[in-house]
Amino acid sequence: MLRYTLRRLASAVPTVFIIVTLTFFMIRLAPGGPFDLERPLDPLIMENLKRAYNLDGSLWSQYLTYMGNLLRGDLGPSFTKRDFSVNDLFASGLPVSMLLGGLAISLAVLIGTVLGAIAALRQNSWLDYTIVGLATFGITTPNFVVAPLLSLFFGVILRWLPAGGWSASDPAYWVLPVVTLALPQVAVIARLVRGATIEALRSNHVRTARAYGLPARTVVVKHALRAAMLPAVSYLGPTAAGLLTGSVVVETIFGLPGIGRYFVQGALGRDYTLVMGTVVVIALFILLFNLIVDLLYTLLDPRVRYD
Amino acid sequence: MTRLPLRTGACLLAMIVAGAGAAAAQVTLVRGNDTDPATLDHHLTSTVAESRILNDLYEGLVVQDARGEVVPGVAESWEISEDGLTYSFKLRDDAKWSNGDPVVAGDFVFALRRIVTPATAAVYANILYPILNAEAVASGQMTPEELGVEAVDDHTLQITLNAPTPYFLELLTHQSSLPLHPATVEAEGANFTRPGVMVTNGAYKLVSFVPNDRIVMEKNEHFHGAQDIAVDRVEWVPFEDRSACLRRFEAQEVQICTDVPAEQMSYMRQNLGEKLRIAPYLGTYYLPVKGADGSPLKDKRVRQAISLVLDRDFIAEQVWQETMLSGYSIVPPGISNYVETPPSLDYAEEDLLDREDRAKALLEEAGVAEGSLTVQLSYNSSENHRNTMTAIADMLKNIGINATLNEMEGTNYFNYLKEGGAFDIVRAGWIGDYSDPQNFLFLFEGGVPFNYPRWENADYDALMDRAAQTQDLDARAQIMAEAETILLDEVPAIPLLTYSSRALVSDRVQGYEDNLPDVHQTRWLSLSQ
Amino acid sequence: MTEMPIPTPGTPAPAPDALVGRSLWQDAWIRLRKNRAAVASALVLIFLGLVGIFGPMLSPHDYTRVYPQFVRAPASLEPYPRADVVIPNFERTMARARVEGTPVLENGTVSVEIADDEPIDERILRYFQRSDLFINPRLDLAPDGLSGTLSADVEQLYFLFGTDAVGRDLMSRIFIGVRISLAIGLLASAMALLLGVTYGAISGYLGGRVDNVMMRIVDILYSLPFIFFVILLVVFFGRNIVIIFIAIGATEWLDMARIVRGQTLSLKRQEFVQAAEALGATRAGILIRHIVPNTLGPVIVFVTLLVPKAILLESLLSFLGLGVQEPLTSLGLLISEGAANMRGAPWLLIWPALTLTAILFALNFLGDGLRDSLDPKDR
Repeated sequence: MLRYTLRRLASAVPTVFIIVTLTFFMIRLAPGGPFDLERPLDPLIMENLKRAYNLDGSLWSQYLTYMGNLLRGDLGPSFTKRDFSVNDLFASGLPVSMLLGGLAISLAVLIGTVLGAIAALRQNSWLDYTIVGLATFGITTPNFVVAPLLSLFFGVILRWLPAGGWSASDPAYWVLPVVTLALPQVAVIARLVRGATIEALRSNHVRTARAYGLPARTVVVKHALRAAMLPAVSYLGPTAAGLLTGSVVVETIFGLPGIGRYFVQGALGRDYTLVMGTVVVIALFILLFNLIVDLLYTLLDPRVRYD
Repeated sequence: MTRLPLRTGACLLAMIVAGAGAAAAQVTLVRGNDTDPATLDHHLTSTVAESRILNDLYEGLVVQDARGEVVPGVAESWEISEDGLTYSFKLRDDAKWSNGDPVVAGDFVFALRRIVTPATAAVYANILYPILNAEAVASGQMTPEELGVEAVDDHTLQITLNAPTPYFLELLTHQSSLPLHPATVEAEGANFTRPGVMVTNGAYKLVSFVPNDRIVMEKNEHFHGAQDIAVDRVEWVPFEDRSACLRRFEAQEVQICTDVPAEQMSYMRQNLGEKLRIAPYLGTYYLPVKGADGSPLKDKRVRQAISLVLDRDFIAEQVWQETMLSGYSIVPPGISNYVETPPSLDYAEEDLLDREDRAKALLEEAGVAEGSLTVQLSYNSSENHRNTMTAIADMLKNIGINATLNEMEGTNYFNYLKEGGAFDIVRAGWIGDYSDPQNFLFLFEGGVPFNYPRWENADYDALMDRAAQTQDLDARAQIMAEAETILLDEVPAIPLLTYSSRALVSDRVQGYEDNLPDVHQTRWLSLSQ
Repeated sequence: MTEMPIPTPGTPAPAPDALVGRSLWQDAWIRLRKNRAAVASALVLIFLGLVGIFGPMLSPHDYTRVYPQFVRAPASLEPYPRADVVIPNFERTMARARVEGTPVLENGTVSVEIADDEPIDERILRYFQRSDLFINPRLDLAPDGLSGTLSADVEQLYFLFGTDAVGRDLMSRIFIGVRISLAIGLLASAMALLLGVTYGAISGYLGGRVDNVMMRIVDILYSLPFIFFVILLVVFFGRNIVIIFIAIGATEWLDMARIVRGQTLSLKRQEFVQAAEALGATRAGILIRHIVPNTLGPVIVFVTLLVPKAILLESLLSFLGLGVQEPLTSLGLLISEGAANMRGAPWLLIWPALTLTAILFALNFLGDGLRDSLDPKDR
């Protein structure tokens, strides 16, 4: 187990290296540069700018410079938010995204698992249909519809919660974004858990446990749910990585200073360093969470072994 | 040691309580902005959103008042030489930086030299090219010291120009001419814009800047007019989503939105009444026409025909929900330094069907048979641009021109236009930097990168050169009107709409006046409870 | 109760079938047919599929047709134009044609007596022809040509779902949107099923170093900036709907690969797989016969989750100017435009959203039905 973990961690290094290299050259292939604004620049000024931002050298030398800085933990200056380095931007944005994403994923797992398990235990009852129906609704309604509706209803009409904006100290500002982020995940998790629980309930070891006369609740929680979590956990790995690194739509609609917007803002503004920084951060999260998922497999299902 | 966190906690608590107490006493105005500034180093800025922030932080030689008129700022008076080439500014004695230092002529000299220095890589250095030697300095042929800007003494600044520039004072209201605090810039380098470090001379000083969250400013106690400043604290919140600003406005979390969602105009008209402000604005929305070599689009009659059939009223009223006005000229109406009745397309009042007849006749003359011409309409991604182009495609169908739509991702699109991409018809917008026709007409001079259609006309260029050398304002206006007449006859760019400024202003805000340049510095505003 | 077959006199008893021995698929098919929710869902999906294919052809309005006089018309069962706008509109058109008179509306026909000093030109009719409100304009002139009756029928237009911001019929737009979105959903599922299931099963079954490398490749693809990938595709191959399909298909199989691999890791230790191995079955045989069929439950559930994801991903691309090109549209794009118009023109959000919801509900129930009927333990 420990050896496996160490091996995985070691394999993360070349993976990140490949990701960074591929991304670096891929984004440079895209037409347009960070200084192509709606209002075009004088060619002379464009040259001055490129020189100032080290964009005038060959692509290869720019790559070497970037990798050198990256090894020292320096993600470089941002092209579109020029008062900040990319490190500054993540230092201020990542805690916001992680707070909201973490709350959302916890909420989603909690509610989703409970709902999914209930639906499975009462398969084909009205309760099951209601839960499946609600879950479907949660999946079908995109967050760019849910977010403005919530903001309108609770912020403008009822005035219970702020319609937007951010405060690190006042949880009232967190509620609507967290609900918006959690809603589709609750739905997905509920469905995955329901499907898997039904399957697990019919499996031999649960039948055996039941046949031994163990109380229904113990059987469900100890055996069925544990095995049922497998697909949910596979799904949760990348999803958690995605949620913790922010959501463009939710951040834009609620006006939150997370890092989710940096990716799209960076991509559209050709802010090369910001995009690279985002890719590095997202890659680290994905690798970490996929490792956690794989380790959880062995805990949830003793049949899974990696040697 | 273990006590420490407790004590810190107590201190923090005390600070929060004290802060809350102070906050209750002071007047805070929350203003929406289109987006965050790219930087607070004004030499590196280029957008309107940035100018809003910078005009609160800094005060230039001249400023724009609540009505958008040029009034004295740091300069209390000025003299212009006979030949219009030398401006001599007398600086006020009580102008101070936010750290208490006096604002002197040298601060302006420092800033103006810095912006044209190639190493600064200032995006807007070219706007200052009317200043003597500015272009030569920017291209590295002269040293910054040779720039035509001189501090005669601490309170006298002299600026020499290449040619008489009637809009020069107007130009000085632009953020490119704001001063800098030399000691801070020299000591801190690129970090001089950090909160706590930045030293400014305007009505406000920077407190904090969190990207995608807000920029907070507080009253600069050293500002010469500090006693008249009614708003103690300003929070500028960036809104990429205009509907979000509308919602927070309705929830009374924001008092001013600088833009509104055009899709919800009817709702806002019904529900917000006077709070919705729509006013003419110095901007034009036009369609550059290029076409490949040998394309019928190279024939001016075809371009005229296309211009004739565009139902501008429909686009302005239905697509843009009256947040834009129909446009029949490249220079927007209401501009300064122009002729009494500026040239414009003469068919504004004519019925559309008659215009279509004329267009068909023109096409026939040009030898374009019905259904034989297919043009591609390209635009950058946005719902309103998309709808505009959809409507235009439908209008072109009426005279037998087929149109296909080509939506492009923003950066790619602007790069494509600038690099001389092969397009048929595209959309472009231009917001005036200063109120003068030159700022719009120069877009179509030969060799200018903004000349998207790559249209070249010797007469036009000659007229523009002559205008640049003409000192008499009326004669100059006349020459530029002649130039625009050529432009409107050749229509290398078809005028479509003129912009209006649109804003939401809470009824608690006093002193907000609609004006053509759409500048509303916080120093002129106050907030009733 | 619904699980129990109800013997009716017409149908033969099911017993003989059981004796013959049915394959997994026949068996699943029979059980699926008995699941009413699944059958109903399948019918809804088939119906929407037909709408996507034939709707744009059968719709009374072309999806590109702009009605300048009916911009943002609310959804309604009543025909447009409303009675109170007919006369003012007719008068406006008369003003454009430079004729004067007092028009009267009767039985869906507007008519007006006109007179002039010069002979009346037939060409004034085209002002009425061009209008969206009137059809069949005609002019009955007196012999001297100086006076006569101008009349036109009021055209009855139905916009059951209303019109959009440039005056196109929303229902026709939804039809074309259903076509695009279903195609995207179908393609993403096909990609995920073919590539994702194979890849995940192989990776999980082979395990060890192969698994490690294969999964790191998935991680790499996961981390690459998707938007740049699409921008590059668009730049090199031009704007084409196929590009969007490829881009979405290329990303949507990754989740599936991870889920199938997770299942396979658990399955390959189970007795029946070990038994097959002991009996000398080939690896390919074990994968196809034993591993893949047993992962189908979560796979099907996941496909039903993946389709909405793919449809909404397309709307993100469209939002950035990289998606489908006007005049085509997609449900995701219609919904995001509707969300922007939520206040003032709610029908622009409601109808596309309901359509998408209907598709996804049907998919879910069909998916659950399939899952239940394919479940080998459920005999």
